[in-house]
Amino acid sequence: MKQIKWYACKNPKKNIFNPPSVLFHREASPSIRLLNSKTSPIPPPSSPLREVQFAMLGNGDCDDGNDDRCSLNTCGIAQPNSRPAAAASSLVGLPPPFFDQVLDNVLENVLCFLTSHRDRNAASLVCKSWFLAEAQTRLELFIGNCYAVSPARAIGRFRCIQSLVLKGKPRFADFNLIPLGWGARFSPWIAAMAPSYPSLQRICLKRMTVADADLVILATSFPSFRDLTLICCDGFTTAGLAAIAENCRQLRSLDLIENDVEDDDDDGVDWVSCFPPGKTCLESLVFDCVGCAVNLEALESLVARSPSLWRLRVNDYISVGRLFRLMARAPQLTHLGTGSFSSFDGEGDFRASLESAFMASKSLVCISGFRDLAPEYLPSIYPACANLISLNLSYALITTDQLKPVITRCHNLQTFWVLDSVLDEGLQMVAATCKNLRELRVFPLDATEDSEGSVSDVGLVAISEGCKKLQSILYFCQTMTNAAVVAMSNNCQDLVVFRLCIMGRHRPDHLTGEPMDEGFGAIVKNCKNLTRLAVSGLLTDKAFAYIGKYGKLVRTLSVAFAGNSDLGLRYVLEGCPKLQKLEIRDSPFGDTGLLSGIHHYYNMRFLWMSSCKVSVKGCKEVARRLPHMVVEVIRDRLEDDNSVAMEKLYMYRSLAGPRNDAPPFVKLL
Amino acid sequence: MIIDTENLRATELRLGLPGADEEAPDRPARGCKRLMTETGSEESGSRIEVLEDDRGPEATVSSKAQVVGWPPIRANRKNVFPGRKAEAEAAGGGGGIYVKVSMDGAPYLRKIDLKLYKSYELLREALEDMFKCFTSGDFSSVTLGGGGSNYAVAYEDKDGDWMLVGDVPWRMFISSCKRLRIMRGSDAKGLSPKFLN
Repeated sequence: MKQIKWYACKNPKKNIFNPPSVLFHREASPSIRLLNSKTSPIPPPSSPLREVQFAMLGNGDCDDGNDDRCSLNTCGIAQPNSRPAAAASSLVGLPPPFFDQVLDNVLENVLCFLTSHRDRNAASLVCKSWFLAEAQTRLELFIGNCYAVSPARAIGRFRCIQSLVLKGKPRFADFNLIPLGWGARFSPWIAAMAPSYPSLQRICLKRMTVADADLVILATSFPSFRDLTLICCDGFTTAGLAAIAENCRQLRSLDLIENDVEDDDDDGVDWVSCFPPGKTCLESLVFDCVGCAVNLEALESLVARSPSLWRLRVNDYISVGRLFRLMARAPQLTHLGTGSFSSFDGEGDFRASLESAFMASKSLVCISGFRDLAPEYLPSIYPACANLISLNLSYALITTDQLKPVITRCHNLQTFWVLDSVLDEGLQMVAATCKNLRELRVFPLDATEDSEGSVSDVGLVAISEGCKKLQSILYFCQTMTNAAVVAMSNNCQDLVVFRLCIMGRHRPDHLTGEPMDEGFGAIVKNCKNLTRLAVSGLLTDKAFAYIGKYGKLVRTLSVAFAGNSDLGLRYVLEGCPKLQKLEIRDSPFGDTGLLSGIHHYYNMRFLWMSSCKVSVKGCKEVARRLPHMVVEVIRDRLEDDNSVAMEKLYMYRSLAGPRNDAPPFVKLL
Repeated sequence: MIIDTENLRATELRLGLPGADEEAPDRPARGCKRLMTETGSEESGSRIEVLEDDRGPEATVSSKAQVVGWPPIRANRKNVFPGRKAEAEAAGGGGGIYVKVSMDGAPYLRKIDLKLYKSYELLREALEDMFKCFTSGDFSSVTLGGGGSNYAVAYEDKDGDWMLVGDVPWRMFISSCKRLRIMRGSDAKGLSPKFLN
C-alpha cells in the first residue's frame, strides 16, 4: 500500500477540494486543513486527532474465538476525521468540474479488490479522493464498538453497505458484571439504516439489545436481505423471529447463537410456520438458544423444502425421535446441532433409526448439541465420526469410557469442545487420535471455585504432546503447573489463542507452590503468533513483565485476580503495541497504572477494569487528557457519588462523544 | 478485636488440595461495605481501605461464597447441569442463612444473612452499623468487644441455649446459630467473656 499512496496526489490540480468554503467547516480537523493546503496529504503526527485516526485503523476483526460466524472478511471502523462525511456528501451533487471522473473511476475499480478492512482503512487515509472512492465502494462495514461512532456518521460516509457487523457490550457482560439496561441498543442503528441501505444483505450483531420492533423494521426494509446472525444478544422474542421468517423472502441464514430469547417457556409464537410456503433458499438455521417449543411438523416441512440447507441446529425441544426424521429430509446437511439427545417419555427407542440417519448423512462434518444426553444414543454417531472436522460435546455429561469409542474414531477432528467430566484420561485419548486438532475447549461441569478438579496439568501436557498443530485452547481447571504450560508453549508453537482459567483464585503451581508467572511467560515467549491471552492463577507483576516483553502481537488480554502493583499494568500498556482489548477484574492496578497507558488508549477498542484500585480521580484525569475517550463508571447500584471505591471502569475511543442513552447507574466522565 | 482469625483458620477443617489454598484474608462483604459508605464519613472510607486486601473489593453472592462472574462461564452453560446445583444446595450450598437480630431497647428487629460475612469481625462491624442508630448517646459506646464495650452479642443455638458469640469456629457458628441478640454488657455476666475481650 505504501507505494501507491503518493501517486494520486502528485498533481495538486487533482485535489478536488480546492473550494475552501466547502471544507472550512469550523470543526474541520487539522488533517483536513492540511489536505486542502496541497502540501502533504498526511496530517502531522502531533495532532491528537491523527492519533485517533490512525489508531482506528487498528483491529477490525471481531473474533474473540467464540463465533464462527463473525470471521467475515470485514473492514475497519469509521474514520475519525471531523466532518469528512459531511464535506464529501456536500460535494457529491456538484457539477463535473469538481470531480476528476477518470481518476475516480479507475480508483473505484481498483479499490473494489480490496476487501481487508485494514487495507481499506489505509487507502482511505491517502487523500480525499481516495477517501471518497473507498467510501463509495466499501461493501462490508465492521463496527467493533457500537458507541465508537454514531449511526448517522457511519451511514453518511459509507453509502452502499451490503453487510454490517456491529458489536455492543463488552465481553464481561456475559458474566453478569454489567447491570441490565446498560445500552447497546440496536434500535437507533436500524432506524438509521432502513432508509439508507436499500441493498443491505447481511447483519451480524454481537452483544446488542435487539427489540422485536427492530427485527420487524429489518424484515420489512431490505428486499435483498439474506443473512441474519445474532450472537449473545437479548431483548427479542419469537415474535421478532416470526417477522423475519415471514418477510425476508431471500433469507439464506438465520443464526441465533447463545442469545437470551425472552419468551417464557412454551409461550412463544410459532415462527417456524411463518416461513413462506414453497421452496426456500435457506442455507443455515441455528436456533438452539430459543427456549420455546417449535412446531415440529412445520419444521420438518421447512427442512424438506429447503434443498440448500447445509446447517441446522435445533433446540432441546427436539428429541432424537424427531431428529432422525429431520436428518432424513436433509441428507445434504454438513453441520448438525442435535436437540435433546434422548427420547422423551413414551416416545420409544430410536437407536436404529438414528444410526441409519447418521450413516446416510455422508456430508456431515460438524456435530453439536447433545443436550440431556442419554448415553445409549451416543453410539449412533459412530458412523459419522471419521468425517468430522468439528465436534461439540460440551453439553454432554459423559465419562472417559463413553468418550473413548467416539473420539478414537475422529481422526480428522480439528475442533473439539468437551466437558471436563471426561477427565485427563479423556484428553489423553484426544491427544492420541486427533493429530490435526486446531481448537480445543474444555469446560467445567462444576463451574465453582472449590469443586474437585477433573482435568489438570496432566491433560494439558498430553494435549500439547499429541496435538502439535493446536492454535486455540480454552481450558478450565482447578490447578495447574508451570511445567505443563511451558510444555504446551514448546510443543504448540502455532498457538494463536491461549486461555487458561484456573478456577481457584490465586492458585499457585500446585507442585512447586510458585506463582504461574513462568508458564504464561513461556507462552508469550514461544508462541510467536499469539494474539489472544487469558491469564489466571497466582500471578505477580513478573508475568506482566513477560507479556509486555514478548507479547508483541497480543491484541486481546483478559486478566483476573492477578498482579501485585501498578507496574504490572504498566508493563502491558507500554510493551504491547497491538493491544486492542484489555479486560481486567479484581487486580491491584490503580491510577498510576491507568495513566501509564495514555499514549496507547486511542489505539485500543476498549479498556475494562472492575474491582481494581482505580479511583474516580484517575478516570477523570484520563478523560481530561484524552478528549476522544468515553470514560464510563458503572455502578451496581445507585450509590453515593463520592464513594472512594470505584466499581467498574469501561472506556473506549469514540467519535460520537459521550452517549446520550446511558442509564442512571452509568456515569460518563 | 479479640478473635484470632489467623489461628482460627489454621484449625478449620477444609477440603482442598495441599498447598493449594493461599486465599487472602476475608474480604469485606458487600453488605458491610454498603453500610459503611452510607455513613459518608472519612473514617469509614479509610476503614474500607484497611479491610480491602490487595485484591480489591468484591461483590459476594450468598450461596457458596462465590464471586460474581467467576469462573467466567456464561449463564446458559452454567444452568445446564441443575443436578449438580441441586446437590450443592442440599449440602447447604444454596440460599442464605437468615437470622433475626434483636437488640435490647431497640424498637424492632433486623434480619441478616450470615453467609454474607466470612468472619466474626465482619459480623461485628455489620451489627455495629446496623444498630448504632438505636443507641442513645454517642455511637462509640456500641462496640461489641474491645475495651469499654457495654454491649455483648449472644446467639441461640440449635439446642435453644444462649451462647456468647465468638467461641466456636465461624463455620460451626453459622451452621448452629438460630438467632442473635445484642444485650447490654451488664446482662452478659455469666457468659464467656471471649467475645467481649
